Amino acid sequence: MTPQEVVERALALPGADDRVVIVDEDTTANLRFAGNTLTTNGVARGSRLTVISIAGSGTGVVSRSGVTPDQIADVVGAADRAARDAQPSEDARPLVAGEAAADWDRPAEETSIAVFRDLAPALGEAFAAAEAGGRRLYGFAEHLVNSVFVGTSTGLRRRHDQPTGRLELNAKSPDMTRSAWVGAATRDFTDVDIAALDATLAQRLEWAKRRVDLAPGRYETLLPPGAVADLMIYLYWSAGARDAFDGRTVFSKPGGGTRVGEELAKLPIDLYSDPARAGVECGGFTVSHASSRESSVFDNGFSLGQTRWIADGKLANLIQTRHSAEVTGLAETPAIDNLIMEGPAGGKSLEEMIAATERGLLLTCLWYIREVDPQTLLLTGLTRDGVYLVENGEVTGEVNNFRFNESPVDLLSRVTEVGAASQTLPREWNDYFTRTIMPPLRVPDFNMSTVSQAN
Amino acid sequence: MRQIDPDFLALPLRQLADAALQRARELGAEFAAFRLERVRAETLRLFDARLEGSSDADDLGFAVRVVKNGTWGFAGGITLTPEAVAEVAAQAVQVAEVSAPLNREPVELAAEPVHEGVWVSLYDVDPFDVPLRDKVALLGDWSAGLLAKGVDHVSASLMQVKEQKFYADSAGTVTTQQRVRVHPSLTAMKSEGAAFDDMRTLAPPVGRGYEYLTGTGWDFPAELAELPDLLAEKLAAPSVKAGTYDLVIDPSNLWLTIHESIGHATELDRALGYEAAYAGTSFATFDQLNTLAYGSPIMNVTGDRTADHGLATVGWDDEGVQGQRFDIVRDGTLVGYQLDRRMALLKGLGRSNGCAFADSPGHTPIQRMANVSLQPAEGGPSAEELIAGVDDGIYVLGDKSWSIDMQRYNFQFTGQRFYKIENGRLAGQLRDVAYQATTTDFWRSMDAVGGPETYVLGGAFNCGKGQPGQVAPVSHGTPAARFRGVKILNTVQEGGK
Repeated sequence: MTPQEVVERALALPGADDRVVIVDEDTTANLRFAGNTLTTNGVARGSRLTVISIAGSGTGVVSRSGVTPDQIADVVGAADRAARDAQPSEDARPLVAGEAAADWDRPAEETSIAVFRDLAPALGEAFAAAEAGGRRLYGFAEHLVNSVFVGTSTGLRRRHDQPTGRLELNAKSPDMTRSAWVGAATRDFTDVDIAALDATLAQRLEWAKRRVDLAPGRYETLLPPGAVADLMIYLYWSAGARDAFDGRTVFSKPGGGTRVGEELAKLPIDLYSDPARAGVECGGFTVSHASSRESSVFDNGFSLGQTRWIADGKLANLIQTRHSAEVTGLAETPAIDNLIMEGPAGGKSLEEMIAATERGLLLTCLWYIREVDPQTLLLTGLTRDGVYLVENGEVTGEVNNFRFNESPVDLLSRVTEVGAASQTLPREWNDYFTRTIMPPLRVPDFNMSTVSQAN
Repeated sequence: MRQIDPDFLALPLRQLADAALQRARELGAEFAAFRLERVRAETLRLFDARLEGSSDADDLGFAVRVVKNGTWGFAGGITLTPEAVAEVAAQAVQVAEVSAPLNREPVELAAEPVHEGVWVSLYDVDPFDVPLRDKVALLGDWSAGLLAKGVDHVSASLMQVKEQKFYADSAGTVTTQQRVRVHPSLTAMKSEGAAFDDMRTLAPPVGRGYEYLTGTGWDFPAELAELPDLLAEKLAAPSVKAGTYDLVIDPSNLWLTIHESIGHATELDRALGYEAAYAGTSFATFDQLNTLAYGSPIMNVTGDRTADHGLATVGWDDEGVQGQRFDIVRDGTLVGYQLDRRMALLKGLGRSNGCAFADSPGHTPIQRMANVSLQPAEGGPSAEELIAGVDDGIYVLGDKSWSIDMQRYNFQFTGQRFYKIENGRLAGQLRDVAYQATTTDFWRSMDAVGGPETYVLGGAFNCGKGQPGQVAPVSHGTPAARFRGVKILNTVQEGGK
């Protein structure tokens, strides 16, 4: 059966008052390597049917993989029973109405190991070059295609095909004391230039040959786009309207309500999501497999458009369900699967920002980022794979790694320069979030709390 | 003793395995393994005693893993017919062939006896046999009890997993396993003026069934009865003065420090660089085996895949290796690593100690953590006796924030509750505390290990590692222990306030 036929059969079965049916078809391929050699690899296929049944205002959600046509009724029956047993759902709303989208009948897209047809030999050449050049390459390439089909008993039929590709390349010196990293987000790997990425790694390992030990402290710091992405993704994940309204987050207003409308950054920074943004295109409607604080199964199919989370430095919106929007009295702004940050027009490139730096640190990426205090969104984590000392406009050596303690919200208020935004792969969170466009930032006093001995 | 569910045994397990292994052999694979598994997970979340969301999902599928010409090949599928399984076996061989030009290190596996058997974890009540409404009612009652005692909000959750695995390989091993785990958790929240804080139950996730929520293995009513007053005290507590303190750490916090600074640091794949680009490497490099002074001489750490109710406990791992118990740190010295079959042979360590695991049918097995545990001291002190030996210190309970660097040197942890220790006695809670240290400095500063009566098995459902990312459940047993001269941060000051 096609996914569309599964949706129709599940919706047609009698039982619940209303129903949402989601079919996810997934294919993946990956290559992993270490020390200039392959370590693991694989291809996999998955198919998942999720049935959300609504009886009165109770909901039942049952999800099963590899469902055969004769098992569809069992899944629907289980969801119907769960709905009848359930307490009323606080987020209950009329389902999103609609009709079949024009592309509804198209088959699911797929990937296979062949997506690495050009990448694999290029990696092989890079391994050989690295071996000859005294470098060891480590990393991972993955391509995943998710095709999701959403149908509701109110007539809505929407589908989306989402290709997600990522490449991480990490080069180390043979004694493992010097390390550099680059990453790329891609839809199909045709735009990935292994040789260029490897050349960047070679340059950075050269920078690291001069070692400078620095003590903990607050330093002027240039955060490259990938590091900014990791911090802003955490901010975004912490921007749930309901938790803010309940007084639990950095976006809660003391005494009640949220901080929407408050100035967060002195510079005119915009942080937004846009499903149609070229290079980071993502699904244009809500897909919710289970209700939570930031997601409601009743919102499945809800159309998404450009949404500003921070506009001109002011907090503009928080992540909402239709239910939480009603509770908080704010706009209906559900989560979107990309994140873009931009500053004033004419921002410099990272290279230009380095050239304009008298003395400061240039980071590569941040790692093991965890929340210390939700009230301030204080995060801790490590610098990784290259902290470089910039003096008089040039990189003059590599500095030891640090543990940082910083809040991305507080940091926004201290940023003194926003560079030109570009598509980037976050390091820490790219298992979950790859579609970002971020600028480099200059922070005059980034808090390096302690020295890490890690290389 | 419980049995494996009949509906899993009713699947054509051996027929599918035969189809996969035969096809792999025909295509020239030197080694082949077939794994069919079903992972069922139900999660429910309540907020202020009302159901906020629930999900009931299963993941049923199979994987074929081969070695062809010294290169791994892996493929996963979902269609449970001999024809489809044979096709996926062919894909696995194709993946090995496509990948071969990238491979400079031929794959060979440590020998393992052939096993045939069935294993079921220790539990009494299958949580999937308990109606959802009963679970919601229990968590709702507990939440309502907290709200009635003056907390502002309560979030509650219950995660339940049943994992069924069938494994067969070309050497002849055939195993079938089923294990169950549950994790109930409640968090109370309260604000006082501009200050907000929360406190979570200390009950760890365990390899038990629903009986864990009804009195076996943990006393939830007793813990919940204390929570509102403890939270109120925390909100009114003074902020810690940053500096250096002696610490007494409860198992509810120390398990996570063990996990991050010992568990991951003694994974041989990390020490050898296989995780260098992602999870990281380890300061405990292979050349330091049997010489590295990991901690003080009273430090003894074991890896264990046989511990009762352990989250990483199995009969056999995902390479067909029998679950074992082994030493990692003995009398303070590093003496062992966690292994899979490839690494055991590669480094001449003999038999694998059974630490291969895949979290789903779509993922290849990688080396994952055993239940890595700090051993108590026979006849050792109670927590009160440990505290009595501190003049100016802090008693730490419950885990919260954690972070450690990519070689497992530098870490920073917070907790659920911190008590000031003055002259051997607790002197009220403190706020805004984090402890920060370097792994070997920290473990070498341990001057007392609690007795067996202080030993508790903590753990987590969701230890992350590998690319593609995989999550693994793991337990860590530990007694209470005392550490001298640990750096304490004030987290408010760290935030620049």
